[in-house]
Amino acid sequence: MGRGNLGGGFALLILVVSSIYQAAAIFHPISDSHRSAALDLFTPVHHGSFSSSLEEAYEALRTFEILGIIENKPDVGAATCHTVSETFRSTSSTSKDLYHASKVNSILKCDVDSKVFEGVVSRLQAAVSDAGSLLDFYYSIGSLVLIKDRTSKEDLHLVDAEGVFHSIKALSQSDGRWRYSSNNPESSTSAAGFALEALAGVVSLASSEIDQSMIGTTKSDILKLFDSIEKYDDGAFYFDEKVVDASDHQGPLSTTSSVVRGVMAFAAVASGSLNLPGDKILGLAKFFLGIGIPGDAKDFFNQVNSLACLESNRVSVPLILSLPATVLSLTKKTPLEVRVNTVLGSNAPPLSVNLVRASNSGSKGASIIENQELKFDPENAVYILDVLPKGVDVGKYVFVFEVVLHDSELKKVYVTGGQTQVPIFVTGVIKIDNAEVAVLDSDLGNIEIQKKLDLAGENAVSLSANHLEKLRLSFQLTTPLGHAFKPHQAILKLIHETKVEHIFMVGSSGKQFEIVLDFLGLIEKFFYFSGKYDMQLIVGDAVMENSFLQALGNVELDLPEPPEKAPRPPLPVDPYSRYGPKAEISHIFRSPEKRPAKELSLAFLGLTFLPFIGFLVGLLRLGANLKNFPTSAVPATFAILFQLGIAAVLLLYALFWLKLDLFTTLRTLGFLGAFLMFVGHRTLSHLAATSAKLKSA
Amino acid sequence: MARSTGKDAHALFHALRSAYAATPTNLKIIDLYVGFSVFTALTQVAYMAIVGSFPFNSFLSGVLSCIGTAILAVCLRIQVNKENKEFKDLAPERAFADFVLCNLVLHLVIMNFLG
Repeated sequence: MGRGNLGGGFALLILVVSSIYQAAAIFHPISDSHRSAALDLFTPVHHGSFSSSLEEAYEALRTFEILGIIENKPDVGAATCHTVSETFRSTSSTSKDLYHASKVNSILKCDVDSKVFEGVVSRLQAAVSDAGSLLDFYYSIGSLVLIKDRTSKEDLHLVDAEGVFHSIKALSQSDGRWRYSSNNPESSTSAAGFALEALAGVVSLASSEIDQSMIGTTKSDILKLFDSIEKYDDGAFYFDEKVVDASDHQGPLSTTSSVVRGVMAFAAVASGSLNLPGDKILGLAKFFLGIGIPGDAKDFFNQVNSLACLESNRVSVPLILSLPATVLSLTKKTPLEVRVNTVLGSNAPPLSVNLVRASNSGSKGASIIENQELKFDPENAVYILDVLPKGVDVGKYVFVFEVVLHDSELKKVYVTGGQTQVPIFVTGVIKIDNAEVAVLDSDLGNIEIQKKLDLAGENAVSLSANHLEKLRLSFQLTTPLGHAFKPHQAILKLIHETKVEHIFMVGSSGKQFEIVLDFLGLIEKFFYFSGKYDMQLIVGDAVMENSFLQALGNVELDLPEPPEKAPRPPLPVDPYSRYGPKAEISHIFRSPEKRPAKELSLAFLGLTFLPFIGFLVGLLRLGANLKNFPTSAVPATFAILFQLGIAAVLLLYALFWLKLDLFTTLRTLGFLGAFLMFVGHRTLSHLAATSAKLKSA
Repeated sequence: MARSTGKDAHALFHALRSAYAATPTNLKIIDLYVGFSVFTALTQVAYMAIVGSFPFNSFLSGVLSCIGTAILAVCLRIQVNKENKEFKDLAPERAFADFVLCNLVLHLVIMNFLG
């Protein structure tokens, strides 16, 4: 018994926490601002036709059709119909072209010869049998469905409906997604949308009923697909692709629209219900409505088309609760108005709206109102709460509404979303009274001068004080219901004649606001400037209707003389120069060493060569000769190679100094060194042998 | 007295000169080489004294290359000199090979340090 209670209590706690956690947000159904935006966005490029692409023409026409403004565009019909006929007639049109042409045709109802239709139908039937990928099926089956509707040909059937159903089903994955073709292993959520729409087309084109078990498996596929739905904090649900393919990335809007189209199309043709949770459908509606007015034509079409699919679907029709105004004024006594509509703005079935509770955002918990029912005004189709209950004061509130359908049978058809949280601001006039400013004696607190202020009107008090005195400003703020009020801003500003400003915050305790400026401590802050200071009081808040900036008057301050090293106020900075380019920084480099004159260096270079010349001269004088140079061929070669080797090494060193780096040098030196060692060894051992022979001989 | 010291110095100088004339030619060549490299070093020192030691590493590498090669030449002279009993068994070609090798290593280091 105790454990059951505990479990129940815990569940209740989780429910309460999760309901608190859902952020308060408002969604508005489609309105006239959407319609005017659509007219701006989808403007025909040439007179009479929407660009050359039938796909874009279809998107524009369908958007106007849904928003109910298609009558405004009669001139586009002729040229677009011409393009449609051309596409039907041409033998090179792909099934994608035929699909878009049939889509446009179903809206514009062009006059096309029935023979042309027959040709198209036979081509499409062939395309269905030859189809290799999901999109081939989608375009050809979709075109056939549209042509059947347009020409009302009851005998238009798919040749092998069950076989086509199987082929499309074969591309499905276990998580509810679909692959685009059997070659492509990647599955996609948008592909699931296309597949479901194609399957719905197959069911409607079948001559005999499709096996119910296959329809059942498709329904479970849809449920699995809905397991992968994602959620935003404000209650919007959406689908997104798992794998982000950078080149082909569709984005959540087009993915979700594709899925919604497919699911609703399938739900329309499948017998029996789909058992999708209503809050997810409502969440999808919130996702589309939460976008607002898209700026891109394709996004706009996706949004409006998906909302049209949700508007009247066989699963559950979402009803959106919206408020035209979320700011209520206590002075103007604005009534609280609530609307409940479908996503496209149409009227909802009979229902009642209850205000379950209203709680102040600041103080947690305490609810002001409990279960007020709102009155229905049939003329404007709004639910009104005329008079706010007595306990509602200025501030930020969260109102929780609940929508209850009158006919409980309709609960299966419509989804209302339980309790909806809406943030509401209640504004009012804040009363200010007992405002006075006084100059006090520092030691004892005796009042020297005291002046009363009328903060509602003009003031021009004139006070004087010296550095030993204090200035006190005090006033009271009361809400319309008599409670204490703490505004966002309560600031006292003192402005000197030289335009130097000082800002002080006014502190409060309960209703009483007071600030005491002790000039003895503020002398340095005021830069020792004596003279006239203008006083300004600024009190403001978001919910305060009478926020003000009032000049109170002036106070003549007598401060002591500034000492030698008094701080100066910061110079007023020209705002344009503050963010302009800064001064150029001149870098100070280490001054280069003094180098000797070029001539001196060259002279010494010459002098350096002198000892070498002396060495050569001395060699000549000593009679140095090359007599010992080997004369026979092989030793001579080695000897020459030895000399060349040494010369090569010295040349390598010269190159090393000029441009090579150490590693290249070492590598080359390695090779040269080895060579030199070998050659030198041969030469010198030959010379040694020769001289040994001479000695012994 | 000055005159007798002058005459003594002259006689000493003469004696030294005649003694030196007796040294073999190859040793004289080596002596000449040593003198040449020392003079080159002195020229560099004189230059540094005039213009200051700014790229000090260059100065050091120049001077030390001259001094180093002079020292190696002196070692060669010691080893090649037939009157030196210590190095009787060492072939002069071997000493020369050592001289060449050490010079090459010295000059590699010098070139690296020259900068």
